[in-house]
Amino acid sequence: MAGVTSINLVEHALLVSIQDDITDTEILELQDRLSTKISENRVDGVILDISALEIVDTFVGRVIAQLAGISRLLAADTYVVGMRPTVAVTLVELGMYLPEIRTALSLTHALAQLRRV
Amino acid sequence: MPQSATANILTVLDTDFKGIIEEWLGTQVKEGVKRSDLFSDAESRNQNRELLKAFSKGVRDGVTGEDFDFDDNQWDDLRAVLADVSRERVNRGVTPTEMATFVLALKTPLFKRLEAMLDSDHGVLIRDVMLVTRLVDAFAIYTNEIFILEREQIIDRQRQEMLELSTPVVELWDRVLTLPLIGTLDSARAQEVMENLLQTILERQAEVVIMDITGVGTVDTQVAQHLLRAAAAVRLMGAECIISGISPMIAQTMVQLGIDVGTVSTRSSIRTALSDALLTVGYVIKKTEGQ
Repeated sequence: MAGVTSINLVEHALLVSIQDDITDTEILELQDRLSTKISENRVDGVILDISALEIVDTFVGRVIAQLAGISRLLAADTYVVGMRPTVAVTLVELGMYLPEIRTALSLTHALAQLRRV
Repeated sequence: MPQSATANILTVLDTDFKGIIEEWLGTQVKEGVKRSDLFSDAESRNQNRELLKAFSKGVRDGVTGEDFDFDDNQWDDLRAVLADVSRERVNRGVTPTEMATFVLALKTPLFKRLEAMLDSDHGVLIRDVMLVTRLVDAFAIYTNEIFILEREQIIDRQRQEMLELSTPVVELWDRVLTLPLIGTLDSARAQEVMENLLQTILERQAEVVIMDITGVGTVDTQVAQHLLRAAAAVRLMGAECIISGISPMIAQTMVQLGIDVGTVSTRSSIRTALSDALLTVGYVIKKTEGQ
């Protein structure tokens, strides 16, 4: 496997860095691991860092929305951070506005938002 | 007579090259196309000399029998000189009519000299005059073509410049950007605007973006669609988007068209949008004491 996506605990949030070469199987496995981790650690928030992601398709877009949905159900505020301009344009062009997810410019911004809550 | 069709024309060109140039200039003055206001005498004479030199070279090498094709290599020189002269003339504001008449004025000096030389042989004279006419006409048509091409290039360049100029992203304050939209918002421009905006958000780490549509004349469903897509992309990047400058007229149209702006915040003026934006990034505008 190219690289297992890391899940780290930062302050009271879980930081998930998604790699550019992530495969479909990996991303599904990530859902599994993440949900377990959230309930184990009782975190306040989840931050999905997708700054390494250069290419998205509808599948990845949907999985991101699902990851956010799962975290929310487990009572963790979820932020997607570091989306690249090209990725944002692609998602909008695919009609995936993802209104249910929260976004932040960077990890710092997301942590600041989480602290505020 | 084994003589080629261009022999007489070439003789005329060779024997009185300078005289032809002078008379060509003279005809231009008579026709009122010399434009002494735009070109000095020396410049005009120089242009004419270069053109005539290239023209005679073309006549010498580029005419077989009585046929010629301006696209042939033998006419390369003339085309190159012509391109230079046309460019110069377009830039200084010469009209197409003046440009064509300028070239056609070459006929008179050539005809006169051929007439003088072939006074006795009218058959040959008519043949040569016809050939000169065809050559100079083709020359003039080609000139016009280059002239138009030159103009089109200018238009093209200006359109490109306008496209770039009309989409400035301005940093109003620390982490606050504004995008003053002016004119119409078609797909090509919307795309350009969006890309430009998102890139700037990334560079400046902006948290709030104000899209001001005061300068947008009409908002139809397509324009609204472009705006909302840009707003959605901005949100995905993690910044907040405010659309400002919605006039009462536009507000009515948007509601009548059933455009749903969703969660995008809208303000009537850039003024209120700015104070909201500053509040978001942690600033307050305060009046100074004693004013």
